[in-house]
Amino acid sequence: MEQVIGLITGLLFGFLLQKGEVLRFERQVGFMLLKDMTIIKFMMSAVLVGMVGIYACHAIGLISLSIKATNVAAIVLGGLLFGIGWAIAGYCPGTSVGALAEGRIHAFWAIAGMLAGAALYAEVYPFMQQTLLAWGNFGKLTLPEVLGLSPWFVIIPFIMIGLGLFTWFEKKGL
Amino acid sequence: MNLSLSSPKWNPYLAGALVGILAVLSVVVTTLVIDKPKYLGASTTFVRATGLVEQVVSPEHVSENAYFQKTKIKIDWQMMFVVGIFGGAFLASRLGRSAKLETVPPIWEQRFGANPVKRAVGAFFGGTILLFGARLAGGCPSGHGLSGNMQLAMSGLLALVFFMVGGILAAHLIYGKGGK
Repeated sequence: MEQVIGLITGLLFGFLLQKGEVLRFERQVGFMLLKDMTIIKFMMSAVLVGMVGIYACHAIGLISLSIKATNVAAIVLGGLLFGIGWAIAGYCPGTSVGALAEGRIHAFWAIAGMLAGAALYAEVYPFMQQTLLAWGNFGKLTLPEVLGLSPWFVIIPFIMIGLGLFTWFEKKGL
Repeated sequence: MNLSLSSPKWNPYLAGALVGILAVLSVVVTTLVIDKPKYLGASTTFVRATGLVEQVVSPEHVSENAYFQKTKIKIDWQMMFVVGIFGGAFLASRLGRSAKLETVPPIWEQRFGANPVKRAVGAFFGGTILLFGARLAGGCPSGHGLSGNMQLAMSGLLALVFFMVGGILAAHLIYGKGGK
């Protein structure tokens, strides 16, 4: 059952990624060159709608959150490494698979590289556990917890900032 | 605004907003049906897929590896989710007639030329670095970027900022300011 739900969710997600044109190398690297905000428009819209839905469902006790640990050293270094690889490959893990499906044959090599990267990480994981993953680990934290505010006092300003950015993107034709 | 299945392009704000609804529905449905909230993510699947391949070559090595023990090699929700991405994108690109055979993307070609082997090598090493980084950071733009930020997680916010900083700096260095 778990696998069937996963497959259906993936089909819908892949469909929307393709229709939003975010699977393309040109869109991803275009953002990194600050010339094309398509992927940011797509992602921020998803996040803003999602945060309202997630916190509304959480407030009525329907769902629980699943927060990843705040390993500052690992996130900063891993994040930067990700960014460098992302600029070269032009895809992130989710979009690489979809890009291959829409005919971008070179995404195949990016996927092969990702599998190699995963194998490499599995080998050095014990070392990372004792070093980077242990440095500056603040555990599972959310922004409202850190600020000591109700989540809605964070969500509403985020939506306003998002709408402001969207207006600016459209005015600048990005 | 054309939202027909045969339209080659949907408005990115609207397609994104629909992903937001999908992400929430995914958590609600998985909580109700399998009693585990499934937030969207993709990069762990590459670890499991690698583990499945390595298992064929050297099962002892995989069973002794701490990371494979922690991640648990199996065909799970997320692996089928990633398979689904392929299917969904395939369907959407055929219905919208927007599929395009591409071996070298234009921005890459302007910088490194039209040699597909050079592009394949670049894509491979880029992929290696980015997945290593994503696993170190604990997620990719799906797990941290979408799911983490939807939950207002500090880890998601921090990761997204550094994904972007790394990407923007590297892209400017690699492709030049204009990208052409």
